[in-house]
Amino acid sequence: MNSFPIVRIVSKILIPYILLFGLYVQFHGDFGPGGGFQAGVILASALILYGLVFGIPAAKAVAPPWIVEKFIALGVLVYAGTGVATMLLGGNFLDYDVLEHHFLTEITVGGQTLHMLPSGQHLGIFLVEVGVGITVTAVMLMIFYCFAGRETSSE
Amino acid sequence: MSNDLWQLAITTEQFKGLYNYWIVIFLMMTGFFIVISRKNMIKTVIGLNIFQTSVFLLYITMGKVNNGTAPILGPEDAHHDDHSHDKSHDAEHAAHPFLNQISEQTPAQNVSVGNEPTAPLEVLAEAGNSGLIYSNPLPSVLMLTAIVVGIATTALALALIVRIREDYGTIEEDEILILDRES
Amino acid sequence: MIYIDIIILTLLAVTAVTVARIRDLWAAVMFTGIYSFLGASWMLLLDAPDVAFTEAAVGAGISTVLLLVTLALTSKTEKTSVSVPIVPLLVVIGTGAALIYGTLDMPHFGDPDAPVHTHPNPGFVERSQPDMHGLPNVVTAVLASYRGYDTLGETAVIFTAGIGVLLILRREKTSTEADDSTTEGTS
Repeated sequence: MNSFPIVRIVSKILIPYILLFGLYVQFHGDFGPGGGFQAGVILASALILYGLVFGIPAAKAVAPPWIVEKFIALGVLVYAGTGVATMLLGGNFLDYDVLEHHFLTEITVGGQTLHMLPSGQHLGIFLVEVGVGITVTAVMLMIFYCFAGRETSSE
Repeated sequence: MSNDLWQLAITTEQFKGLYNYWIVIFLMMTGFFIVISRKNMIKTVIGLNIFQTSVFLLYITMGKVNNGTAPILGPEDAHHDDHSHDKSHDAEHAAHPFLNQISEQTPAQNVSVGNEPTAPLEVLAEAGNSGLIYSNPLPSVLMLTAIVVGIATTALALALIVRIREDYGTIEEDEILILDRES
Repeated sequence: MIYIDIIILTLLAVTAVTVARIRDLWAAVMFTGIYSFLGASWMLLLDAPDVAFTEAAVGAGISTVLLLVTLALTSKTEKTSVSVPIVPLLVVIGTGAALIYGTLDMPHFGDPDAPVHTHPNPGFVERSQPDMHGLPNVVTAVLASYRGYDTLGETAVIFTAGIGVLLILRREKTSTEADDSTTEGTS
């Protein structure tokens, strides 16, 4: 891809915005369209674009495979861990109502009420979506590494 | 409805009400045709992908409500200030009289299945302060997870194809069968 | 609005038939991406922005990349066969006719009285208002809270698929010498 300066420059400009958009979709998924699945795919596609344009070694330097591997399991653990946490707090598995707390939920600054930490159901959904997002990003990236690794070694 | 087999003349109303299913069935059958008529494995996976996307479309068309909008509640319908328990109880109380009201209003033409009375969604959707009608979120949820599982299984299939190519040197089903018989 | 519907549906049908007819696999993959994108556009018109989003990112994005990488690892053209596939065509027409006959009893498009909208009663849109303390996106609420077990299962499926691809395709440095398949001589 070294001979395509336009592709290199345009993707260099675009990748930060794709990543930012992925994070927006992840954390704004409760309010607008979006969520863990979409955010994971968008984040992974930004890294895959980087790998396609600048080469697999460059992508592997940004997201080393051994870390990506751990993240595959981490996402499922975050999801299931949320369920276990709700059980330890005395509720059913994945019953987010027991996550209700009154710590810093909202503060008033200059007459305006700001929402700080999400509470209850909202917090549970947030944690679960983070877990989904981590797993989907890591799996998509790992699948790409596997396929791309084949390519370089079989040529 | 068994008469329909003999009355194949399709009314305009039927066409307007059912065209979405027919389009989806056409797309599905195209995908199915690719799957069963082609020997190339990548082409088969592409056919499966098209079949799969058509199934997503089938579900999504069922969730559509006339004059509806996306199931993301507007600021009038969402209670943003419900962080305390008291207020959420208020919201539940506010919801209950309305629910009783709609079960009384159940029209006679809606045949009730089981013990639960059914009510048209328009009545339900006007529960929102804004009066907006929301399309059904449930098909969206089901398809959302199905899409991501679909790409995961597609990736697995493609990985198997890559391995098959490395061992057999071909991805045509009939050639692989010949190689298998020879060995 | 209806004109956009007609255009998108026509393009969908044309794209699907093109994929079925074309022999060049690169072109077929590209048309699959276009097909997914058109499908996503129709989903957006059908009030499902979340699904449209996912379909555009997954179907038109990741899926196309994976198919292209697979093509690079295998062959780019399909073996041409002269015979017209009569039997598959008959099977498909028969199945399609049966399905279309089945749709005659289906609730009409956009009908608010369809069973899918009246059960459960009250629906998730109404229930989520008191339950979720004002979370606006009902799709996310149903996905992560009402159907939390289901989504945990889906995440586990993706996890398993990732592990499966890793096991099939990853090449351990130590096991490469032991593996004596023909194509691995260069690594």
